Amino acid sequence: MENDLIKSLKKLLGLMLGLSFLIVIMIGALVLVNINPDFIHKSKDTGSTDLAEVNVQEGDLVKDGIHMSTGLVAEEGYETVIANCTNCHAADLIIQNRGSKERWMALIDWMQETQGLWDLGSNEEIIVSYLSEYYAPIQRGRRPNLVDIEWYELKE
Amino acid sequence: MTEDKIQSLAITGRRRFLRNISLSTLSAIIGADIVFGSSMPKDYVPVVFQDDDPYKLFKKHKDLIILNNKPWNLESQPHILDDKVTPADKMFVRNNGLIPEKVDKATWKLTVDGEAVKAIKSYSLEDLKSKFDHYTYQLTLECGGNGRSEFYPPASGNQWKTGAVSCASWTGVRLRDVLEDVGITDKAVYVGYHAADTHLSGNPDKEPISRGVPIYKALQDETLLAFSMNGEDIPLAHGFPLRLVAGGFPASASGKWLNRISVRNIVHDGAKMEAPSYRVPCKPVAPGEEVANEDMCIIESMPVKSLITYPKTGAMIAKGKSLEVRGHAWAGELEVSDMKVSIDFGQTWQKCQLEKPVNRLAWQHFKTQLSFPQQGYYEVWAKATDANGVSQPMVVPGWNPKGYLNNACHRIAIKVG
Repeated sequence: MENDLIKSLKKLLGLMLGLSFLIVIMIGALVLVNINPDFIHKSKDTGSTDLAEVNVQEGDLVKDGIHMSTGLVAEEGYETVIANCTNCHAADLIIQNRGSKERWMALIDWMQETQGLWDLGSNEEIIVSYLSEYYAPIQRGRRPNLVDIEWYELKE
Repeated sequence: MTEDKIQSLAITGRRRFLRNISLSTLSAIIGADIVFGSSMPKDYVPVVFQDDDPYKLFKKHKDLIILNNKPWNLESQPHILDDKVTPADKMFVRNNGLIPEKVDKATWKLTVDGEAVKAIKSYSLEDLKSKFDHYTYQLTLECGGNGRSEFYPPASGNQWKTGAVSCASWTGVRLRDVLEDVGITDKAVYVGYHAADTHLSGNPDKEPISRGVPIYKALQDETLLAFSMNGEDIPLAHGFPLRLVAGGFPASASGKWLNRISVRNIVHDGAKMEAPSYRVPCKPVAPGEEVANEDMCIIESMPVKSLITYPKTGAMIAKGKSLEVRGHAWAGELEVSDMKVSIDFGQTWQKCQLEKPVNRLAWQHFKTQLSFPQQGYYEVWAKATDANGVSQPMVVPGWNPKGYLNNACHRIAIKVG
């Protein structure tokens, strides 16, 4: 009886030791990955555009002149735009819109009067110059051509 | 930077949304580092963040386009609006503020107040459901800014293309019956709504939107205080648990998450009732012209319009084959009396079969069979005419500062041969 109990206890102790060993190894692996994140996927194609990967390594990545996490044109002033505009609305709202200097200034006035936008001080000039340069109106006529058509065989 | 590139980046969708979430943002939200973040597959959305995927969050069809995530605005596309009754997953989402987070059906209350009520009265949802007769109508709801993206000079706001329209089946009680129960005076001019959504700035004293309808519209049979859509509870994004539904008017008149109705002795002066919101110049203006606020008039009935919902644009068919084309047409407060399509840019028009609406303010279905004279590229243009003989223009109609009421003909591209 007593022998059986000792045997069981020994087994349990062994199991616990084994578990502790595994945990130590896992912590070690975590530390290693933390220090050198490349460790776990050395074999990966370095040209990969894996989005999660891009984001974790370079939060402010700019690709083809576009700031990837907001979609804004990454030219002079875009950081100021991000800092002042994207608290209240997504950058998407800027990107969809087009306007002259006067138009963007009027929009800022409207946001200040009715939507709680703060005084932009000297940043206003930076923001308005940026927006009227990179988000200027484009005249497409009274009806533009249909574009980006995805052609497909119609089966009935 | 080419314009095309800017355009393609402006096209938002699932991929774009995923790109917007950086892992550092995720970590901040979760309150912990995502240790194995760098080996996440690119389309993987971590469990803790799934609720912020709008397609999952709002149970939406994958072909809806995200226009904005703060506030959430998603538009539908013509080819997914083919159903006669728009299902919830294909319905556009338009928000001016933040969707309420906690909605308790059991304690929800609707208060009716304002200068033109005899006494203030409140109802629980159960009161509304048990005291008044229920009615079901299919009602066309179109955003006033649907089609805004085509105006030049550009008008600011969400750049809706063609998909900010729906026609679901709404069930509720008549606003008129409730107003009769409350008792309104002959001073009543307008009905304004108040709701549980919150302003983007986070300021609890500001309402994101508080619009409404003139009293004549409030008293129509089809103006409902709706508690169900397509036979089920209204989805949260569409106004659960109670929505004012005023079909034929700009959809912003149909207040979601409704908790108070004010019967006013003046034109309601809530948020986004003031110029220039949901207003157009009282007299026509030249493109880009400055318009004083006092010269802007509130939009009431939406204009005549139609949408080709089948086939999807880009269809290629064999030479000699005929093509069925179908879709819906609507005309605000009016009925559509005629529907035509053209395959030669309006030189000739072919009449379509047009169904009667299932009830007033519901869209009407049309279809026709087209044959093409030879191989090549075609556009099918659709043109509806309302009961007053007013048709859709083939070009973008009168410019207005906020880009409302673009009812230009919808068209799709077809290749034969």
